Amino acid sequence: MLRNAWIIPVIPAVSFFLILLFGKRLPRKGSELGVAAVGAAFVLAVVAQVQWFQHVNDAEHDEPTGEHAAQVVGSSGELAGGEAVAATETETRGFTRAGGGVGAVGAEASPQADDEHASIEPVTREWTWFEFGETEAEVGTLIDGPAVMMLIVVTLVSLLVHVYSTDYVAGDRRYTHFFAFLSLFTASMLGLVMSRSTLQLMVCWELVGVCSFVLIGHWWEEKANSDAALKAFITNRVGDIGLIVGVIILFFAAGQSFDILDINTQALNGGISHTALLVASCALIAAVMSKSGQFILHTWLPDAMAGPTPVSALIHAATMVVAGIYMVSRLYGVFWEGLSIGVSSINLLALVGGVTVLGGAGLAFVQNDIKRVLAYSTVSQLGYMVMALGVGAWTAALFHLFTHAFFKACLFLGSGSVSHSVHSFDMREMGGLRKWMPHTYRTFLIATAALIGIFPFAGFWSKDEILAGASQLGGAGNYRVFMVVGIVGALMTAMYMTRCVYLTFFGEFRGHGHPHESGPRIVVPLWILAILGVVAGLANLPSALASGSVELRFEHYYEPVGAYFPSIVPEFAHPEFSWGIAIVSTLIAFIGVGIGIGWYTGRIGLRGITERNELARVGYTTLVNKYYFDHLYTDVIAAGTKGPVARGVNWVNQNVIDGVVDGAGRLATATGRWVYTHVDQQVVDGAVNGSASAAQSGGQVFRQLTSGKVQQYGALLFGAAALFAGAFIVLV
Amino acid sequence: MDDLMLNQFLLLAAILFSIGVYGVIARKNTVMVLMSIELILNAVNINLLTFGAANRDVAGAVFALFVIAVAAAEVGVGLAMVLIIYRNRQSVDLDEVDSMRG
Repeated sequence: MLRNAWIIPVIPAVSFFLILLFGKRLPRKGSELGVAAVGAAFVLAVVAQVQWFQHVNDAEHDEPTGEHAAQVVGSSGELAGGEAVAATETETRGFTRAGGGVGAVGAEASPQADDEHASIEPVTREWTWFEFGETEAEVGTLIDGPAVMMLIVVTLVSLLVHVYSTDYVAGDRRYTHFFAFLSLFTASMLGLVMSRSTLQLMVCWELVGVCSFVLIGHWWEEKANSDAALKAFITNRVGDIGLIVGVIILFFAAGQSFDILDINTQALNGGISHTALLVASCALIAAVMSKSGQFILHTWLPDAMAGPTPVSALIHAATMVVAGIYMVSRLYGVFWEGLSIGVSSINLLALVGGVTVLGGAGLAFVQNDIKRVLAYSTVSQLGYMVMALGVGAWTAALFHLFTHAFFKACLFLGSGSVSHSVHSFDMREMGGLRKWMPHTYRTFLIATAALIGIFPFAGFWSKDEILAGASQLGGAGNYRVFMVVGIVGALMTAMYMTRCVYLTFFGEFRGHGHPHESGPRIVVPLWILAILGVVAGLANLPSALASGSVELRFEHYYEPVGAYFPSIVPEFAHPEFSWGIAIVSTLIAFIGVGIGIGWYTGRIGLRGITERNELARVGYTTLVNKYYFDHLYTDVIAAGTKGPVARGVNWVNQNVIDGVVDGAGRLATATGRWVYTHVDQQVVDGAVNGSASAAQSGGQVFRQLTSGKVQQYGALLFGAAALFAGAFIVLV
Repeated sequence: MDDLMLNQFLLLAAILFSIGVYGVIARKNTVMVLMSIELILNAVNINLLTFGAANRDVAGAVFALFVIAVAAAEVGVGLAMVLIIYRNRQSVDLDEVDSMRG
């Protein structure tokens, strides 16, 4: 399965076409195809998962001690045996550790150390896509830890979203279309996570963008929805330029290579100059900003809530926004060297993440739309991930991605369930729903606890690891400032999520009609996700709390070990579990919840503060206006560009282009007139008239011959025959 | 058949052919023209038979038979046309039949 992992994205891709072609004729309008395809992909992903575990275990046992050759080709015997497919164009590349002295060099490396980690070769397979000159562009699959992890997350969340959608969008006029694009969305994301080359990554990246555009604008009849879709697409375009620039720089810097492993290896062993890596990283960060909703290109993400809720869940949990995070983790060698993550104490990636943590959380306070609260929460949580990558806590970032996918999907689907019941996303029209919607309420509460980071829910473990990473990794002084940012962010998260839960599920019902619990196809996915939101954190228990075969399993199986990953660099380390941080962050979470409850039950006298306090009012207005980013883009940048550019273009239009056009027109008229009098009238007409009169006079001559007398014809016939006969005799 | 006999038969055919051509071109009576055409055809028949005999080949004779059959049909059609022309114009003078003049 690892070598044939290409099947996994192909299944939903095929399903996309089948649904488009035949979906409407099927009894369930194509949804069964989508569910079946993603279900099959999920099963295969699980198989791949199990085989990956075996692969890692085997790699450890087979590994000879000490230093060894850098290339081990085709060593994965059990895989080849299991698959019985020996495609000639494939190979298994071994990226082994370049030298000894790896692992627990940093003082803060985890005590279990990396020594037991042998080099784990990624399972790759590639086909030539096209060639230009000497360079071959390849597509293929690159299966290693993070790819396998993402396969599971994407297929699982997508499967649950599919099941959920069969109820949620039932009766929609573009039901079939919706499922078709859900399939394509899943397929593109799966293709992205197993991209072999940067080129393939870029193609899948764009496909994901297109699918998000289509799905956000699913109800495009309303202008706001189609605007949101356009905004998402165009904002992503801005970042995509960064991606293209980054890929091109890396292509040339790495000696004309799109190969991700190759680029990473070269970046880490000094094959690419630091400047090139720095520029490429900065360009790629722009791509991350747009795709993963980081400040300052985050503005599309909350607007993307215009799409159907299952799409929001898919975008926010599994497919779209984590693409940016995943891209960074994929090209981590580039970022590591380019931004000197291991030795500095501040860098652009961490800064972007840190700003986003606080900025996103701040905006979540003033939203009344439940989905927008969750959207800003996602922005903030993605900030955590980017920040973690920025401080060098690679595993923590991916671990947070992993846990976040489950509880955020649960929250989104929960909000969808609520709106399904009260027909609104406005929290002012909710309230008291825990009585009517017990399942939704419980799952939402569990997911909220996970998001806030309360022990022992999933978010606690991953967020804690990020905070520990910020406080322990990096050069002199560490990334401590980001630890503070993370803790403040955790406080804010607790507060706004308390507000959200309180407004939705507590107090009196303020809406219309009678809310009711949703059906099983909505509730069951919610519960599955909620349970995962509880237990997913146990995947990476720190060694301080566990030992042996249960500690740090996530890190053990999913963190790549090899020349293409910074784990070969001495500075690369893992944060150690810290009781201090764990206790502080849990306390902070509880304080946040307490403040939130106090605020909204009126026990803390902050109610009406915006009326009393000038500063608070300014702050509130700023938040409501989303830090004026939309104004900046629309009024200042767009309008500012539009005005002068429009005037300039108008001038050019009037004077240059019109001049050229007019001149061309006049020239054409003059030429036409000359051609008319000289060529047309004299040459052409002369020829036509001449041929006509020639035909006429010829006809006058020949008409004498056609006398109508048979005998004359006969005479001519025999005369001619006699002439020919005479000529025949003379000549032969 | 020796060369002398061959030449005599060919000469006969040529004479007949010439008479026929003269008749076709010069006679005004349509029936006479038709008869002249028969002369031409028979001149050709003599040629066919002569060369067939000279080469000891039966094909010449067979071809002559075909020509006789075709000639019979042609005379049938021709006489019918002459009859109709006569009924319409009370005449069989070919000079008067020139409605196809250009």
